[in-house]
Amino acid sequence: MIEIKNLSKTFTTKSGDVEALKNISLTIPDGEIYGIIGMSGAGKSTLVRCINMLERPTEGSVLIDGVNLSELSEAQLRQERQKITMIFQDFNLLMQRNCLKNVCFPLELAGVKKSEAVKRATELLDIVGLADKAKNYPAQLSGGQQQRVAIARALATHPKILLCDEATSALDPQTTHSILSLIRDVRDRLGLTVIVITHQMSVVEEICGRVAILNGGEVAEEGPVNEVFSAPKSEAAKRLVYPDGYSETLVPTPGEHFIRVVYNGAEVSKTPLIAQMAMDKNIPASIRSASTRSIGGKAYGNMLLSVTGDEALANEAISYLRKIPDIIAEEVRPNA
Amino acid sequence: MLEFFSSEEVQKTIEIFVNEFPMAIWETIYVTVVSTFFAVLIGLPLGVILVAGDKKILKIPSGFLHVLNVIINLLRSIPFLILMIMVFPLTRLIVGTVVGTVASIVPLVIAAFPFIARLVETSLRELDPNIIEMAQSMGAKPIQIIVKVMIPESIPSLLSNLTTAMTTILGYSAMSGIIGGGGLGKIAINYGYYRYRYLVMLLAVIFLILLVQIIQTVGTHLSTRLDRRPRDRA
Repeated sequence: MIEIKNLSKTFTTKSGDVEALKNISLTIPDGEIYGIIGMSGAGKSTLVRCINMLERPTEGSVLIDGVNLSELSEAQLRQERQKITMIFQDFNLLMQRNCLKNVCFPLELAGVKKSEAVKRATELLDIVGLADKAKNYPAQLSGGQQQRVAIARALATHPKILLCDEATSALDPQTTHSILSLIRDVRDRLGLTVIVITHQMSVVEEICGRVAILNGGEVAEEGPVNEVFSAPKSEAAKRLVYPDGYSETLVPTPGEHFIRVVYNGAEVSKTPLIAQMAMDKNIPASIRSASTRSIGGKAYGNMLLSVTGDEALANEAISYLRKIPDIIAEEVRPNA
Repeated sequence: MLEFFSSEEVQKTIEIFVNEFPMAIWETIYVTVVSTFFAVLIGLPLGVILVAGDKKILKIPSGFLHVLNVIINLLRSIPFLILMIMVFPLTRLIVGTVVGTVASIVPLVIAAFPFIARLVETSLRELDPNIIEMAQSMGAKPIQIIVKVMIPESIPSLLSNLTTAMTTILGYSAMSGIIGGGGLGKIAINYGYYRYRYLVMLLAVIFLILLVQIIQTVGTHLSTRLDRRPRDRA
């Protein structure tokens, strides 16, 4: 379990102090995939770097399984960091080492015997599906493949926590999807706790169980993903959930239900979703807002539908939409 | 002009060439390689200290870094000819004499190590700071960051900078001919400057150019060959 208690971080710069994080308290249970989302400058990267003490908090503490990281010596902290590994937006592979040796890197640091390190690295490359690229250099791989190597490397020392710092932000939607599946897969297999830092809603919706919304260095909202995203309360959450900032004008008429539909690579370009629902279920829906794009025949983005009728009708529409693969549907209550 | 190329002149030149050039070329190579070796031995750690200290990888007092910077700048601003004379006492202390091929190594090392320290510093600073952060996030010790990340990741750049350093040292070694250092420089000065045998001087210069060419070609080749990053990237 990760406990972040009253954590603050102030950077002292020439032009004055900058409060990057203000009194943050979060508890992240074991085995969770926990999302931390926010706009750029919200303090996400600083927060994740406080979790492994790459940044020392100005105030407050980070406890991992009850151990207060701020109280550890440099040497103890280095030891602890083998259990809290990290993947990055730019992968940060060693460009002059081949993939196998990149995965061996943390094992070398930990003083593992070379033959054992190679054995473990080979296994891990197999897990991430790159067994055939062991002798290739990072520059010869695509972004998605490089991130897979980085994941293999992060898993080498049997960590209990995996920190993902914008790990999919440099990747296209399809690759993002496959990397997120891999992260979920290794979580399930190895029982890791994963912290996902991102500015992309779709990432949180796809793999996170819980989410904290960070805004101006503070936690604006926290809770299970479906709750936070279906009934966002804070301004910051609303800005994320409703595209194009129209939330103020969004007032449901009596009997009107809003359904947020998230496309996560669904093959909807072939099926007219709304027309199909009208024909199959006899539910007429209107589009209140949409921001989707089609990449390689798959749709990504989100859409806000409105359905007028009773609760049962809305639920029927939601369960209909949820049957379509790679679609997430959720009722939202803007003023709840 | 013509008398320089008279048959007698050519004959004399050939005689000098056969008798003195093989030794002189050997001395030049020897002095260059040995001086580069010692200059790297001193300059590389200093370059590492400058970068690792500045990036807070090693805990080095900023005052010390400042002094180091000043010393490097000082040594780099002294013209080599003057420096050779200034370090006579040190040369005598180490080698026992101030003339000769071996004696010229001392001023060469002293002139080259600050230069190499700066080149190493430049190479290491080019490294993406995120890579260092990655190593720290995995619990790398400062020495591991230097030995396993900073230096290996900078190898192509280090090699190409060391090539530059070596050609510069070669140039300096020729200059040491003035104070009695051996090699091609001595031949060029002794015959060309003191005895007006321009043909001999020309030959010596041609061989110096050839040596620079060889060092540069080998260095560039190694640097590109050992670089595992794509070459088509701008």
